[in-house]
Amino acid sequence: MEKSMLRATILSQEEIAHQIYSMWLQTDEIARAAVPGQFVSVYCNDSGRMLPRPISICETDKERGGIRLVYRVAGKGTAEFAGYQAGDRLDLLGPLGNGFPLERCQEGRTAFLIGGGIGIPPMVELSKRLKGQVQVIAGYRDELFLTDELAANGELYLSVENGDLFKNLSAGGAVHGNVLDCIREKQLAADVIYACGPTPMLRAIKAYAQENGMECYLSLEQRMACGIGACLACVCESADVDAHSQVKNKRICKEGPVFAAEEVVL
Amino acid sequence: MTMINTKVSIAGVELKNPVMTASGTFGSGMEYSEFVDLSRLGAVVTKGVANVPWPGNPTPRVAEIRGGMMNAIGLQNPGIETFCSRDLPFLADYDTAVVVNVCGRTTEDYVEVVERLSDEKTVALLEINISCPNVKCGGISFGQNPDSVEAITREIKKHAKQPVIMKLSPNVTDIAELARAAEAGGADALSMINTLTGMKIDVNRRIFALANRTGGVSGPAIHPIAVRMVYQSAQAVKIPIIGMGGIACAEDALEFILAGATAVAVGTANFRNPKAAVDVIEGIEDYMHRQKVDDIRTLIGAVR
Repeated sequence: MEKSMLRATILSQEEIAHQIYSMWLQTDEIARAAVPGQFVSVYCNDSGRMLPRPISICETDKERGGIRLVYRVAGKGTAEFAGYQAGDRLDLLGPLGNGFPLERCQEGRTAFLIGGGIGIPPMVELSKRLKGQVQVIAGYRDELFLTDELAANGELYLSVENGDLFKNLSAGGAVHGNVLDCIREKQLAADVIYACGPTPMLRAIKAYAQENGMECYLSLEQRMACGIGACLACVCESADVDAHSQVKNKRICKEGPVFAAEEVVL
Repeated sequence: MTMINTKVSIAGVELKNPVMTASGTFGSGMEYSEFVDLSRLGAVVTKGVANVPWPGNPTPRVAEIRGGMMNAIGLQNPGIETFCSRDLPFLADYDTAVVVNVCGRTTEDYVEVVERLSDEKTVALLEINISCPNVKCGGISFGQNPDSVEAITREIKKHAKQPVIMKLSPNVTDIAELARAAEAGGADALSMINTLTGMKIDVNRRIFALANRTGGVSGPAIHPIAVRMVYQSAQAVKIPIIGMGGIACAEDALEFILAGATAVAVGTANFRNPKAAVDVIEGIEDYMHRQKVDDIRTLIGAVR
């Protein structure tokens, strides 16, 4: 009995792209403990919304004791969060889940950090903490966000699916297509892949990693209820019988959200 | 401050207070033990366990509704052997009653689990889940027909060493009829209500919110329905009732007790607040001090 829900104060909130919000929250405990790839359960103040929203941690600031959540407004709960301003408070539980294995990219190793859409945010903190060489491949549809943060700690490559956005990108260097189109067009190579994003993207990355004999870690997402491994709502299919469940599935909130690609069936 | 008694007894098993966790919302307590002192609880009711591991339903398995949620987990569980070797020894270290929820597809499945548990001293009570889908009996669940409720209760009682709680489904026309059937079959206690069958549609994507299409509705939205069913059942039977359905605070729990429940269980609220059950216990104690109630048993069925 050492963990508890925390009431955290919002430090800042801004819309950084259409319906995508960036929120810093004051919480020393979570800022100190969090590993990139972990998430927090964010509870609505409206008690009619019972279930916490699992949101991945984008960045931590240990000195200020803050965590940054970058989330998309996808429903009533996240719309409630987006309505809050600095000084408002929210209940949090976390950090939850396992996080990315940082030790797989030590000095001398190279990594692809691949984020797709709202799977991009956790790549910010991950890019800061890896000791090896970082290449970030960020896949966007209609609008860019977090590009400055991602470019600060590694080489950043952009893939954009929207043709108009592609034409408007003055900087050049962006690839029109998906993240794997970008890797192929730029002829990039790495030892290990860390990825987060929509399931079709993760499925394609898993296949790419297999073809190229690369080590690969995927962060998965699913509807959750408890967030701590008790309710068995957020399971994914596993390649082998899992020790906890005794069947071929694993809890994304507990054994995950990050899995070695070969552990899971997508 | 006056001394208050919060102890209640279910079929001869004494509980330090009337607050349990509802099956399926609390695992076997292991995960929640990081947030809650399990020894504060009247009982831990485990997630349903079958004779063999069950994989459960496809995802998404949960969806939120106003004032609650829906689930279609599909009784995923690791099977009785893993449960006995891992979960029961864990629970044995806490000063709380252990209630094991038992599920099955056939009467034989239930009996196999009940017999396996008969020598497990950690287990104080058995709760039989007869409201799960996909059981034999002409395609209707065991829990919706009085004759089958009575028959399965009688069969389980033949094999059970621990007292048996029959967990009733609210998806029936007359809950009292089912309560009487379980009592006639020899049930030592009843628990109610399991979830109400519902459906939710994602209008933007035009798909069912749950992969299973239908799911069980729980949470504060169903609380008045549950209180009504506990009241009706308490009028119909003499055996004790464990009331549950949407308890989010002490007042919600007290409604069940005043309606005739001897004990209560906190379920969906655990997801909103990991220490919800302890908050309910403390709230009941506060209420008793405030209202000068020295023994909780005087509240059971006090509203008629």
